[in-house]
Amino acid sequence: MADGAAPVLDVRGLKTVFHTRSGEVHAVNSVSFLLRPGELLGVVGESGSGKSVTMMSLIGLLPSPPADVRAGEVLLGGRDLLKIAPRDLQSVRGAKVGFVFQDPMTSLNPVFNVGNQIMEPLLKHKGMTKAQARDRAVELLELVGIPDAAKRLKSYPHQFSGGMRQRVMIAIALACDPDVLIADEPTTALDVTIQAQILELVKELRAKLGMAIIWITHDLGVIAAIADRVMVMYGGQVVEHAPVKELFANPSHPYTRALLKTIPSIAGEREARLQVIEGQPPILTGEPVSCPFRARCSHAMEVCGRENPLRRALDGRPVGEGHDVACHWSSPEVAHA
Amino acid sequence: MLTYTLRRLMTAIPTLLLISLVIFLLVDLAPGSPLSEVPLTVPPEVRRKMLEAMGADQPVMVRYVLWLKQFFWIEPLYGIDGLLGTDFAGGAQRIISWQSKVPVFQIIGERLPQTLTVVGTAYFIGVLIALPIGIYSAYRQYSWFDQAGTFFAMAGFSVPTFFTGNVLILVFAVKLGWFPTIYDTNLKVTDWDSFYRLVMQMALPVTVLALFNAAEISRYTRSSVLENLGQDYVRTARAKGMGERVVLLKHVLRNSLIPVVTVIALGLPTVFGGAIVTEQIFKINGIGAALIGAINVSDLPTVQTITFIFAVLIVLFNLIADILYGILDPRIRYD
Ligand SMILES: Nc1ncnc2c1ncn2[C@@H]1O[C@H](COP(=O)(O)OP(=O)(O)O)[C@@H](O)[C@H]1O
Ligand SMILES: [Mg+2]
Repeated sequence: MADGAAPVLDVRGLKTVFHTRSGEVHAVNSVSFLLRPGELLGVVGESGSGKSVTMMSLIGLLPSPPADVRAGEVLLGGRDLLKIAPRDLQSVRGAKVGFVFQDPMTSLNPVFNVGNQIMEPLLKHKGMTKAQARDRAVELLELVGIPDAAKRLKSYPHQFSGGMRQRVMIAIALACDPDVLIADEPTTALDVTIQAQILELVKELRAKLGMAIIWITHDLGVIAAIADRVMVMYGGQVVEHAPVKELFANPSHPYTRALLKTIPSIAGEREARLQVIEGQPPILTGEPVSCPFRARCSHAMEVCGRENPLRRALDGRPVGEGHDVACHWSSPEVAHA
Repeated sequence: MLTYTLRRLMTAIPTLLLISLVIFLLVDLAPGSPLSEVPLTVPPEVRRKMLEAMGADQPVMVRYVLWLKQFFWIEPLYGIDGLLGTDFAGGAQRIISWQSKVPVFQIIGERLPQTLTVVGTAYFIGVLIALPIGIYSAYRQYSWFDQAGTFFAMAGFSVPTFFTGNVLILVFAVKLGWFPTIYDTNLKVTDWDSFYRLVMQMALPVTVLALFNAAEISRYTRSSVLENLGQDYVRTARAKGMGERVVLLKHVLRNSLIPVVTVIALGLPTVFGGAIVTEQIFKINGIGAALIGAINVSDLPTVQTITFIFAVLIVLFNLIADILYGILDPRIRYD
């Protein structure tokens, strides 16, 4: 989408560290990406690769301590979110950036009705009266496809199914017309048919409302269906980035290739996916000085152990805009088939 | 909510009946005779007559049924008569203390208010300090405030009230003379001066009980708030842009209070137990003192009735806890 438009979100060199008893865990290491208006950026990577920590770092959702967002810039509407006062950050969360989490069963507060929970950001950010907020809440529930919306405002989360709760979460995230919607594995906890429905809903909402979306998943099938661009993460770093068609056609990082091989041919095999790559994800203690994928990589070379590869453009476009990869092996100087 | 409450009420009735039977039988089985205070020189014939007059010669089940009827039917009628000046009771036989030969409920009516004033005030103050301390300790876990809270809670927990009570009396009443050593049960509040004296004599026992309660409830609140602070819905609230005050005092607190309210409601009756000890130390002529006096002379009707009233209070507060639980937690309310 809108290739040349100014990005709504521009993240540069984000670095997040956790202080733990056994030392510093470098969960996010120099992550950069940008998001243009109306665009859908897919983020893939197996569990523990730093996807959630990256997104939560953007809007200060990580408890500190132990988290420490150490370096980087998060530019949203010309402001660096890492530098603004906590109070100003509050007025970004829920207003400019909406967040949908993985587990709809636990993400809603069990003791308040959903009307209350949808109206909260409207009252806070939009300065609406209660009556206005209520009308808007009904509108939102209708928008996300919850039947009998006016009545359901008074229902409590436990009176909804998992899929319906995730719709409510989406309604909350979209309440204030955010520029960016971050969906962190929003369908992982749901069963297959419900997943498909939520996916359909998001596609529809995106066409209708035009916000930019970051969609985190470890399901490449989902990425193929909805993303414009893809960012592959491993060990807290971006290892490959490309427009979606390009990534599927020309995967360059050995990790991406391995991921693509694990897409099951039949929908029923989804449990096994991603676990198929041999070995364990790296433990991220200490400053990364080598390629995080090295231990599991069949192409690992001597240089991989002493130098952490930087992202490098493959198609002439700047890093983060076209196809780029962080890999010694796939660099043009290395001869391989 | 109404059906929920009614259902809870219905289950309370058989519970109470069972408890009353157990209490009655247990107290009856206890060694000791109602005539233990009567001199041995009184001839057996007279002793038998005395037992008959008390109704103590009847089989235990007969006495139980009679007592049950008196407790649940006749005494309430007397209560109504006393309030409205009517005569529903019509001179029916009341539960009479074997020791003093006056109706047990009259004794209770004189003694219970003393206890309730002290225990009630102490509990109220205890909860009032415990909640904010517990909430703030959890929010600032491991801060110096939290550490200090932990220390005092441990101390408050582990030092029994008879010890703190005596220490306080020794220091503040005997040595410093700030507070009276004797609790004047007959004190009636009529003006500011008598109110001041009431406050002064309540200060020490209320402090002892309040600190003890606050220790437990603040710990409980802290752990409940801590548990909820880590929940996903808290992250959602922050992601919506809610301020820390709203996150803590609306989202977290409402959830955290669910178990705390239960502990508070269920703790109140057990405080009566603690109050019995405290009454002894501070010489408060309350219900606890009446119970201990009655036990000493095997005044069975008084012991049975007061013990059962404690049981009623426990069941009542259980019920209150359940209802509050239902009010706070929609998952309970709608089932
Ligand atoms: N509270 C924490 N303390 C220490 N390390 C953490 C904490 N939260 C996350 N991490 C580290 O950050 C890494 C990335 O986690 P996360 O972003 O949740 O992965 P993903 O969302 O990709 O599955 C994990 O491997 C973990 O080691
Ligand atoms: Mg995650």
